[in-house]
Amino acid sequence: MFKEILQKEKEFFLNFKNYDNHINDIFIKEKITKQDFLKLLFNEDDLILEKMALESKIITDKFFGKTILLYAPLYISNYCENECVYCGFSALNRELKRKKLKLEEIEKEMIILKEKSFNTILLLTGDDRINSDIDYIAEAIKIAKKYFSEILIEIYALTYEEYKYLVELGLTGLTIYQETYDEKLYDKLHLAGPKKNFNFRLEAPDRAAKAGIKEINIGCLLGLNKNAVFDVYLTAIHADYLLRKYPDIEISISYPRIQPAEAKIKIENFVSDRNFLRYITATRIFLQRVGLNVSTREKEIIRDNLIGLGITKMSAGSKTTVGGYHLNTKDKGQFEISDKRSVEEIIEVIIKKGYRPEFTNWVKI
Amino acid sequence: MEFEIAGKKLKSRLFIGTGKLPTYKVIPEIIKKTGVEVLTVAVRRINPEAKIENILDYIPDNITIMVNTSGARNAEEAIKIAKAGSEIIGTKWIKIEIEADTRYLAPDNEETVKATEILVKQGFFVFPYITPDLITAKKLEKSGAAAVMPLGSFIGTNKGITCKTLLRPIIEEVNIPVIIDAGIGRPSHAAEAMELGADAVLVNTAIAIAKNPVNMAIAIDMAVKAGRLAFENGILAEREYAEPSSPLTDFLK
Ligand code: SF4
Repeated sequence: MFKEILQKEKEFFLNFKNYDNHINDIFIKEKITKQDFLKLLFNEDDLILEKMALESKIITDKFFGKTILLYAPLYISNYCENECVYCGFSALNRELKRKKLKLEEIEKEMIILKEKSFNTILLLTGDDRINSDIDYIAEAIKIAKKYFSEILIEIYALTYEEYKYLVELGLTGLTIYQETYDEKLYDKLHLAGPKKNFNFRLEAPDRAAKAGIKEINIGCLLGLNKNAVFDVYLTAIHADYLLRKYPDIEISISYPRIQPAEAKIKIENFVSDRNFLRYITATRIFLQRVGLNVSTREKEIIRDNLIGLGITKMSAGSKTTVGGYHLNTKDKGQFEISDKRSVEEIIEVIIKKGYRPEFTNWVKI
Repeated sequence: MEFEIAGKKLKSRLFIGTGKLPTYKVIPEIIKKTGVEVLTVAVRRINPEAKIENILDYIPDNITIMVNTSGARNAEEAIKIAKAGSEIIGTKWIKIEIEADTRYLAPDNEETVKATEILVKQGFFVFPYITPDLITAKKLEKSGAAAVMPLGSFIGTNKGITCKTLLRPIIEEVNIPVIIDAGIGRPSHAAEAMELGADAVLVNTAIAIAKNPVNMAIAIDMAVKAGRLAFENGILAEREYAEPSSPLTDFLK
């Protein structure tokens, strides 16, 4: 299990001595080591960053072609019993109007997304086993199956049996972010609620993999850990572990980044644009075939320029409010959307960049 | 230089994959400039409902479409995907692609043999994509595959024909066409594959990610023709030393 690896890697990370010499040698290697990966993550030289971007571009084009997959998030409920200090849906946020879509409303939202061409959908809820229980999720998946070829969930961590049940209904993918791989910090940020169980969440990808899921997307929330490199490094190591252990599952990584404007707590660790790009390109060089995902949390200029530099998937035209696609609500979403452009506009940007937008990554069978 | 595959007479020995192209708009131009007759399309990417360019609008009727089952993890999934693709496209040409390893995209030969046996029986022309292995190729021949498609190197690596020692026996021992697929990163690789005696090559990445896909397709097409012509002409073996102009054993006469 990943728990033991995490312990060892933590020690490895703490003992790592970063000597910048020979950094250029990394670019002529066919396969880089984890030491090399750390060197790239820690490097601060802009000329090296330029080299990383080029290398990342070459690798991504080779393995993923000139394409970007577009997907849409769909928030079906914002009930949450957790107290994650950084999140707008947290139970701490007593002012937030709680809402849960009825099945007809879910279908309405899905029809809107389908009309916009989406074929990959990510269903999201807060973490609430009573208000959005597993049967509610199951019903949502059944409806999604009518419209989409790829259905992912980003909800609370499930048991093996629950994942299996949903996979049998047509669930194709799981998104679950560990947020931080620093267990002590994790404990501090998650004040109360079931999500407090670090290990149960950490091993959710393994349970889903065993239950037959086709794709898994993991990540850490940048901005939580002062030592951002630690979380990036461990996310990549976690992905590498999953790639090796479950070679027939597609593994992707996201590095959602807390934006200064949305922070509800004092956050001293915003990750700069430079470092953000560094983490993405270094991850691509280290894990050549891993999917890399960027959401509308990032602003336009960042998203546009990441096309072709390593990322393979983007959300577009997203709403992070419950019912946001069919209702014109003033409610607050889970996070602030920075890139508010429509799907059509995103398509245009991708084409201008010399890439082909794709909506389909799986066969509906 | 015509040859026959799945009952069809073809002139072009270059097959082109479409999955990684920056736009499908280049397809008609590539066809016009190279005379390519077979294109592959991934079933998992077909989405006629989306309001973006639809690949089928760019492929003329006289082109043979081979659908591939990429994304399938076992024979059962491959068969389902193949049938779905065949139905949407209206083709009987199926490239079985079963990759149970996302790190190398290495084909699963065992599952591929299983899927081939079943699909051949159901009347499809089956083109199995395999890791080059003579025994697998022979089994596929026996089960009625239309051709075998061993890889030259792993997909997307552009490394060329690095599996030469394993490809040679397949070309020599198997009596169905051999199409070298994957690994061809530049024209010289394509020429090398053809000089080796392959019946055709399938290229995707090298064309798709070139600065100008049409020009790269033309260059690779020329290399395919050059390599084939040389092969038919009989290629002399390379030697470490020069051949003497008069025989060394002449004094015995
Ligand atoms: S991050 Fe998820 S679990 Fe935590 S408060 Fe937000 S919605 Fe709830």
